[in-house]
Amino acid sequence: MIEIIDLKKSFGDNVVLNGITTTVKDGEKVVVIGPSGSGKSTFLRCLNCMEDPTGGSIIFGGEDLADMKTDINRHREKMGMVFQQFNLFNNMTVLENIMLAPVHLRTMRLKKAKRKNFRRKIANLFRKEKKALIEITETKASIKAEAEQNARRLLTRIGLEEKADVYPSTLSGGQKQRIAIIRSLAMNPQVILFDEPTSALDPEMVGEVLDLIRELANEGMTMVIVTHEMGFAREVADRVIFMSDGVITEEGTPAEIFDNPQNPRTKQFLRAVLH
Amino acid sequence: MQRKIETFIEVFIDEGGYRDVLTGLRNTLLIAVLGLLIGIVIGTMIAAVRVMPKYKRLPRILDSVGRFYVSFFRGTPMVVQLLLFWYVLLPLLGVNLPSLAIGSFVIGPEVWASVIVFGLNSGAYISEIMRGGIQSVDYGQTEGGRSVGLSYGTTMMKIVIPQAVKNILPTMGNEFITLIKETSVVSFIGATDLYKAFNDMGSNTYEFMVPYLAMGIIYILLVSIIALGIKLLERRLARSDRNH
Repeated sequence: MIEIIDLKKSFGDNVVLNGITTTVKDGEKVVVIGPSGSGKSTFLRCLNCMEDPTGGSIIFGGEDLADMKTDINRHREKMGMVFQQFNLFNNMTVLENIMLAPVHLRTMRLKKAKRKNFRRKIANLFRKEKKALIEITETKASIKAEAEQNARRLLTRIGLEEKADVYPSTLSGGQKQRIAIIRSLAMNPQVILFDEPTSALDPEMVGEVLDLIRELANEGMTMVIVTHEMGFAREVADRVIFMSDGVITEEGTPAEIFDNPQNPRTKQFLRAVLH
Repeated sequence: MQRKIETFIEVFIDEGGYRDVLTGLRNTLLIAVLGLLIGIVIGTMIAAVRVMPKYKRLPRILDSVGRFYVSFFRGTPMVVQLLLFWYVLLPLLGVNLPSLAIGSFVIGPEVWASVIVFGLNSGAYISEIMRGGIQSVDYGQTEGGRSVGLSYGTTMMKIVIPQAVKNILPTMGNEFITLIKETSVVSFIGATDLYKAFNDMGSNTYEFMVPYLAMGIIYILLVSIIALGIKLLERRLARSDRNH
């Protein structure tokens, strides 16, 4: 699904990622752990070019995302991202938050198809062999209705359907993060990137967010998760990546990494966090 | 004093001075309101260009154009800009601005010229206000928008700028009030505004005290009404923060 080859990132002279090569397979749950400053968040943010990589390639959907010429927006639709600080749009209600991107992007595509048909119709007047028009089955209203139905279904799923019309400022952190997760789900992504999704939450709200992530994991969603929740990492991960100083120091199944770490750096880190 | 007031009443009502004042009031409002609207459009565009990430060449060129624009319009007085536009630029280009007549209302070319200069001038100030407003919106909002596949422009238009506008509304109100007051310089190119209407009354009677006093009061009233309007608008917008 995502092939990462020799990924490099530096901020000025500060090298944060120093050649990362790994592959995220279809349906795989990859958890990235490591000490702070190891580059794990930067690694995740490079995957959808929130930070532009300074070297290497990220192959996704047959294209190299690290190439500046690639239309990154089209790929980001298929690569959801969940942030530590939720990043819900403060000027929109919960429902609008979820509907904005699906409605906007599909409407733009509809407009584009209509423009193309119009051009073709004109050109057909002068052509002997008429070119077929693009079939358009949706309207602006149908896109909106469909997106709203989908958004409400997702809200019901997380039990927040009555919050559809409130603004994010009135929600708790746990509610915000769960809504941020379904906002990315509304795009039907092929993979979701989680950037420390529970680090900014009050302890009592961590559970509800982890439950939702676990549920998605069980449904077969491909995920890359950066987290400090070691128990959760062990439970959900198919593969654990341990990073330090901008490189992958060790990777393997949760059992391999947590019960029988080989690298001294990994051992030291796990001793510190697992007491 | 009694005599002065009587003289004023005579020119104001009997000799039809109120008509000039109404025209002046209309022009003052027209120039300030249209100037502000043009300024908002220009200012938003310049601000958007100036906060754009600058990897590519085009944004960098646009950024320096924007910087030059702002430094020119902030670096010269409004009167100078007005005079340059009316007496230098328009004749050089050979442009004759139209005169628009709606019934007995005539809006002359000097008023349109003022509208344009006020728009260009406030565009420079508003771009700086807007830039501050955009930068005050948490960068996470941009990241949230970009992460679901929206383009930079769409993210700006739908997410960042609406929040920025709310933040800068009080400063924007100030800008509007400044524009209202600055319209008193348009008489330099012969446009009738509040100042010119009252000044003419004074010159006709050699009696300036009462006309100028009345002028001051009208300006204060005008500005107070606008300030009240802004306050109400702010309260209305703040409602979406708290809600229910």
